[in-house]
Amino acid sequence: MPAPIRLRELIRTIRTARTQAEEREMIQKECAAIRSSFREEDNTYRCRNVAKLLYMHMLGYPAHFGQLECLKLIASQKFTDKRIGYLGAMLLLDERQDVHLLMTNCIKNDLNHSTQYVQGLALCTLGCMGSSEMCRDLAGEVEKLLKTSNSYLRKKAALCAVHVIRKVPELMEMFLPATKNLLSEKNHGVLHTSVVLLTEMCERSLDMLTHFRKNEKLVPQLVRILKNLIMSGYSPEHDVSGISDPFLQVRILRLLRILGKGDDDSSEAMNDILAQVATNTETSKNVGNAILYETVLTIMDIKSESGLRVLAINILGRFLLNNDKNIRYVALTSLLKTVQTDHNAVQRHRSTIVDCLKDLDVSIKRRAMELSFALVNGNNIRGMMKELLYFLDSCDPDFKADCASGIFLAAEKYAPSKRWHIDTIMRVLTTAGSYVRDDSVPNLIQLITNSVEMHAYTVQRLYKALLDDISQQPLVQVASWCIGEYGDLLVSGQCEEEEPIQVTEDEVLDVLEGLLVSNLSTPVTRGFSLTAIMKLSTRFSSVNRIKKVVSIYGSSIDVELQQRAVEYNALFKKYDHMRPALLERMPIMEKTAANGPAEIVQTNGETEPSIPDTKHLPSIIQPANQANDLLDLLGGNDVVPVIQTNVNTKPASAGGELLDLLGDLSLTGAPTPTPAPSLPVSQPPFLLDGLTSQSLFNDIAAGIPPMTAYNKNGLKIEFTFERSNPNPNIAVITIHASNSTEADMTDFVFQAAVPKTFQLQLLSPSSNVVPALNQGSVTQVIRILNPQKQQLRMRVKLTYTHKGSPVQDLAEVNNFPPQSWQ
Amino acid sequence: IKAILIFNNHGKPRLSKFYEHYTEDTEQQIIRETFHLVSKRDENICNFLEGGLLIGGSENKLIYRHYATLYFVFCVDSSESELGILDLIQVFVETLDKCFENVCELDLIFHMDKVHNILAEMVMGGMVLETNMSEIITQVEAQNKMEKSEAGIAGAPARAVSAVKNMNLPEMPKNINIGDISIKVPNLPSFK
Repeated sequence: MPAPIRLRELIRTIRTARTQAEEREMIQKECAAIRSSFREEDNTYRCRNVAKLLYMHMLGYPAHFGQLECLKLIASQKFTDKRIGYLGAMLLLDERQDVHLLMTNCIKNDLNHSTQYVQGLALCTLGCMGSSEMCRDLAGEVEKLLKTSNSYLRKKAALCAVHVIRKVPELMEMFLPATKNLLSEKNHGVLHTSVVLLTEMCERSLDMLTHFRKNEKLVPQLVRILKNLIMSGYSPEHDVSGISDPFLQVRILRLLRILGKGDDDSSEAMNDILAQVATNTETSKNVGNAILYETVLTIMDIKSESGLRVLAINILGRFLLNNDKNIRYVALTSLLKTVQTDHNAVQRHRSTIVDCLKDLDVSIKRRAMELSFALVNGNNIRGMMKELLYFLDSCDPDFKADCASGIFLAAEKYAPSKRWHIDTIMRVLTTAGSYVRDDSVPNLIQLITNSVEMHAYTVQRLYKALLDDISQQPLVQVASWCIGEYGDLLVSGQCEEEEPIQVTEDEVLDVLEGLLVSNLSTPVTRGFSLTAIMKLSTRFSSVNRIKKVVSIYGSSIDVELQQRAVEYNALFKKYDHMRPALLERMPIMEKTAANGPAEIVQTNGETEPSIPDTKHLPSIIQPANQANDLLDLLGGNDVVPVIQTNVNTKPASAGGELLDLLGDLSLTGAPTPTPAPSLPVSQPPFLLDGLTSQSLFNDIAAGIPPMTAYNKNGLKIEFTFERSNPNPNIAVITIHASNSTEADMTDFVFQAAVPKTFQLQLLSPSSNVVPALNQGSVTQVIRILNPQKQQLRMRVKLTYTHKGSPVQDLAEVNNFPPQSWQ
Repeated sequence: IKAILIFNNHGKPRLSKFYEHYTEDTEQQIIRETFHLVSKRDENICNFLEGGLLIGGSENKLIYRHYATLYFVFCVDSSESELGILDLIQVFVETLDKCFENVCELDLIFHMDKVHNILAEMVMGGMVLETNMSEIITQVEAQNKMEKSEAGIAGAPARAVSAVKNMNLPEMPKNINIGDISIKVPNLPSFK
C-alpha cells in the first residue's frame, strides 16, 4: 500500500477542484484510502491520516470513523501523535459519544506525564470537552496541578477547573484551598486565569462570594494588583498599544464588580481605584475605551458614591460622541441598562441619542430606538415624538412593528392632549399601518371612545384617510369601526377642530361597501366593515340599501361573514324592535393597565362576553408577629384594619380578621377585578355590546390634589388620588415614598390601618429600597372602599433600615382632602 | 466564547472551532449563516452583531474583524467584554503573523493544524487563557521543536530543507571548466 499522501498534498489537490462535485469525488477517494489504512492498523502514518480527516471535517464532510483512531493516537507515546490525537478528540468527539469515556484513562496518565506540554495538552482537551463523569474522575489531578509552581501548567489548570465547576458544580469546594495563593503570582497568564476562576466561583455560589469578601480580603488584593498595573509604566511584554495588559485589567474590573455588588464595604474600598482608572486611561485607542467601558459598568453596579456615577455617565456621553461605531454601540447598550436608575443624568444626553437614530448602522439604530423610548417623559414628549415619527418613516421594516408599539405606549402615557394623541396615532397608522401589531387595534378603539369630544374630529380624519388608502389593515379596521359608531356625526358635519367636510350617507356606504368588496381587505376587516354598515342602519336613514347589502352577504363563502350577515338579516326581519337598542352607541370602555392581562374582548360588538372573572385572590395569612404589630397599631380604639381580598362579596365586618398586607403577592401590574359588570345581561346571546374589562384606574379624576402624608427624618410619603370609575366608593391612593437623606433605606415596609367603616387593600410595593437623595421613590397602591362616605382617616406604620439600624414609626394621617372621600 | 470561525470572502471555512457541541450539519449551517450575516455588513459599520438563530439567538453576539480576504468571527456570550474581544482578535492575528512570517490566507490553509495549536494556547474551553504574544509564541515553538525531534525518518526531508535553507551556498559558477570538459550549469532558481 503506497504511503498515504501528506496533508499538504491533499489540500493542494482539493484546491484544484473546480466544482463541488469534483471536490466531493476527491474527498471520497481519499476517505476510502484513509479508511483502508486505518483498517491496516498502520502506526506510522496514522497521524497524517487523522490530520487529513480533520481537514475534511472542517470542510463539512463526515468524519466520525476517525474517532477511534484519535484515541489510539492519544495512547501512543509520541508527542506528534498525541498532539493530533487530542486535537482530533476536541474537534470530533463530545459528550454524546460513548467513545470519549475511553479517553479518561489516557488523560489521567498524561496529566501526570513528565513533559509539561503533554500535561498541557491533556488539560486543554479536558477543559474543552470533558463530560461530567470525566470531570469527576479527574478533578483531583486538576487540583494538584493547580498548586504546582509551573506557571504554564497552572494557568491551564485554572481554566480546566472552571470547566469542571461548570459541569459539576458540587466540586467547587475542592478548589477553594488552591485559590488562596493564586493571586500572589507574578505571571500575568496565571493571574488572568485565576481571576477567571474566582469570577466563576463567585458567580455560581453566594457562599463563595461572601467567603471571598470577608475572609480572603480579596478586594484589597485586587485593588493592589490593579494599581500596580496602572502605575507600572511601560512593560514591553504585556503592552497592547500603550496600556499594560488591558485584558487583565478588564477581568479584574469585572471581578470587582461582582464583589462590590450590593456590598458597602467592598464598594468603598474600590471607589478610589475606579476613579483613578476612569480618569487616567487614555481614550484614543480601542484598548483604553475597553477599560473605560468596563469601569463604567462596574461603577454602575456597585454602591458607588454619586460623584463617581456622574463621572461614569459623562464617560458614556463622551463615548456617544466618538467617531468609532463600536464605541457608540457599546455606550448605547450600557446607557440602556442605567437609564432605569439614573434617569436624569441620561436625559442630559438625550439629543445625542436622538441623533443616533439617524445613523446608518442598523445595530446602533435599534439601540438608539430602545433608549429613546426609555427616555420619553412628559416634558420632552412632543419633541421626541416628532423625531420618532420621522424615524418610523425611514427605518427598516424589521423595526417598524417595535417602533409603532413603542410609540403607542409612549403616547398613551404622556400624551399632552387628546387631540395630539389622536393625531399621532393617525400618523402612525398611515405611515406604518401594516406593521402595527394586531392587539393595538382594540386599544386604539378604546382610546377613541374615551375621548368623547374628539369623536367628530376623529371620524372625519379617519374617513379622509380611508378615502386615500385602504391597504393598511389596522387603519381600515379602526376607521370602519369609528364610521360605524359615529357615522351620524360624520354626515352632519359637526367637526369643530377642523374644516367639516360634506359627506352624504351614500358616500359613506360606498366606502364601506368598497371595503367589503376589495381584494386588499382581510376577512377580519370585512367583518369590521359589515358590522359598521349594520350599525349605520340605526344612524342613517337609507335602511333599504343597508338591508340589501347585508342580505347579499348572507350567502358569502366566508363563514364568518355569512354568519354575521344572516344574523343581521334576522335582526331586520324578526327582531326589528330590538334593533335600535342593540345598535346603540358603545359605552365608554375602561381599560386594564396596559401591561396587565388583556381582558379587552374584541370590541366589534359581536362577540360573546367573557364572564367577569371573579378572581379570588388567595388571602395570605401573614406570620403572626406581623398581625400582632398591626393590632398594636390599632391601640385598641375603633380603628380596625381590614383587608378585603375577595372583592365581590361584601366582606364580613372586621373583628378578628387577620390582616394581610398582600406584601407577598406578586401582583405588580395585574389588576384586581372590581365588581363591574357593566353589561346589561339580558340580551340575545349573539349580539352584545360592551366589554367586560375590569378597571383599576381611570384618568386622574377631577384633580384631587396630592397630599403629603408623612415627612420626618428625611422620609417623605406623598399620597396621590384617583377614583375608580365603576364604583365611586373606591378611592385609589398611590403612595410615593422618597428619601432625602444620604443613605438608602432598605427593607422598607409600609403598613396602614383604617377605621372600621372602611375597607383597605394594599397592593405590593414597587420595591423595598428607597434610594437616597431623592434619586427614586417607592410606590405602592392602596385601595379604600368607603361605602358610607365618611371622612377618611388612616394610621400608618413604617419600618425600614437606615444606615444599618432599623427604624420604626407610627403616624396618623388625617388631612385627606374632602374630594377623596365624598 | 462559544465559537471561533475564520472564513474567506466567499464563505469557505479556513478554521472552525466550536466550544459547545453541535452536530456536523449544524456546524456547517452555522458557518454559512454567519457568513451571510457578516458579509452583508458595510465597511464602516460597527463590528458587533446579534447572533444568528442557530448559534443562540440574541444572547450571543458575533464580534468580527475583516482582514484582507479573511473574516475572523468570535461568537461570544454576554460575559465577555466586546471591546476586549476585538483586541483579542487583533492579538491573535498578530501572533499568527509572527509565527508564519507575514501570514496570508494560504498559510492558514496549508497549516491548519498549526493554527489550531496556536489558538489552543490562547483560548481554552471558551475562555481566554493567555494574551501575551511572546509567551504564546515561545510555547508554540517549544512544542513544534518537540514534534520535529520526534519526527524520525518522515521528517528527514523537512529537516534537510531547513538545513539547506540555513546553509550559505556560494555563488554557482556559470560554467565549469575542468581541463577540456566544459559543463554548462543550468540556471537553477536560487534556493531560498
